[in-house]
Amino acid sequence: MKITVNNNEVSMAGETLSVRELLNQMNFTFPLIVVKVNGHLVKKEEYERIFVGDGDNVEAIHLISGG
Amino acid sequence: MKSKLEKLKGTCVGIAGCGGLGSNCAMALARAGVGRLVIADFDVVTAANLDRQYYFLDQVGRKKVEALAENLRRVNPDIVVEAHDLHLGPDEVVRVFRDCRVIVEAFDAADMKLMIIETVSEHFPDKFIVAGSGLAGYGGNNELRTRRLGSLFICGDEQSEVSDELPPLAPRVAAVAALQANQVLEIVLDDLEPARGEDVWDE
Repeated sequence: MKITVNNNEVSMAGETLSVRELLNQMNFTFPLIVVKVNGHLVKKEEYERIFVGDGDNVEAIHLISGG
Repeated sequence: MKSKLEKLKGTCVGIAGCGGLGSNCAMALARAGVGRLVIADFDVVTAANLDRQYYFLDQVGRKKVEALAENLRRVNPDIVVEAHDLHLGPDEVVRVFRDCRVIVEAFDAADMKLMIIETVSEHFPDKFIVAGSGLAGYGGNNELRTRRLGSLFICGDEQSEVSDELPPLAPRVAAVAALQANQVLEIVLDDLEPARGEDVWDE
């Protein structure tokens, strides 16, 4: 499948991936991340049950402590 | 431009947290002429805060929201400041920032940043949230940036985490606070639409 991650087109093996699997494969390493799939915010407790597939647009930004 | 800036007088902006980001961002918005600020924090001013937060030595020991309200009014006597001395959880965020067009996320801890982003997205899809992420240390001017995900803007370098080796230092903290304040002005003065589908990436 081909998806867009942070404005870059990437090819992944398989037809679907959970948000959790995708983040692991994309090396998003910090514990807290804002994730949107096709513009909708995905909460942390939804990472296992929301799946992305061909053509989806994923945006992920690390949240870093400090203020 | 003068008539545009008149719009700021009728604008209400929320400031969630009154530390390094919140106190500096609120001060920039007050100077620019924002008419009403809703500020919230549970903490008191300490001497250690003076390395980057917009307080003064004679305010040590006072509630941050009270001290900040006083400083904002010293700069702009016409500003309306609504000060909330409390811990912000999801319920408080919904109650306190109800009337704000834009909410500035100015917490320290990343889990609190995520909490307010999720809460605002869920309860207030028509409001904007302008968050800070990655501001520790010094240098790296050109790594500071702003990214938009619909109604969410994130300002900072997205990678420098505060630690003993990488403390939050005044210039970079204030720079990110100023990016946040500048983004608030663009949202208000250019009437940005929160539900715009296409997001902007700068690379």
